[in-house]
Amino acid sequence: MSDVFEALAAPARRTILDELHDRDGQTLFELCNRLAMKHGVAMSRQAISQHLDVLESAGLITTKREGRYKFHYIDLTPLKSITERWPTQS
Amino acid sequence: MKINLTSVLVDDQNKALAFYTDILGFVKKTEIPMGEFRWLTVVSPEDRNGTELVLEPDAHPAAGPFKSALVEDGIPFTSFAVDDVNEEFERLRAAGVRFTQEPAEMGPVITAVFDDTCGNLIQIASRNSGA
Repeated sequence: MSDVFEALAAPARRTILDELHDRDGQTLFELCNRLAMKHGVAMSRQAISQHLDVLESAGLITTKREGRYKFHYIDLTPLKSITERWPTQS
Repeated sequence: MKINLTSVLVDDQNKALAFYTDILGFVKKTEIPMGEFRWLTVVSPEDRNGTELVLEPDAHPAAGPFKSALVEDGIPFTSFAVDDVNEEFERLRAAGVRFTQEPAEMGPVITAVFDDTCGNLIQIASRNSGA
């Protein structure tokens, strides 16, 4: 299980979350293209796949197989631990 | 030298011919019996003397694992040009085609990816006029 803070520390991983927030349920191919074409991220598919593993390990994304395809979904539940730890003062 | 053929590896030539003609709208160009299989090609009705797409049997044992690995990661085997990806997406979706990537702006192009029902994902692309 990786740490949420560590998972969020890498800009590429935050960009992945941005893109999944834009459209949830993407294939690795779509995510790689979005990173390359929209953000100029020059990273191998393998490297992006490893970033996805870190995000999944931190619980920030989940993967779901539908038949022969595999899709990635964002899950912001772990972020609640941050606001619970430091609740906004009112 | 010029490129006159490209191919997709299909699990069933009859099913492939039906999908690539009835659904996608290509037309059959050549069909020549070759033993167990056929030399089977389709072309775009917009360019009947253009590049032919060979609907090639995926009988080689390496083809299956290769195709499955691409599909799992959502990687299209090839890409076709369309005038408007959004229009094609609506037309094909209405025809029951399964998309693994709905239209998305990718810099200078808009792309979408669908399942050809024969073991491949196919990308369609058009210029992104809004970019």
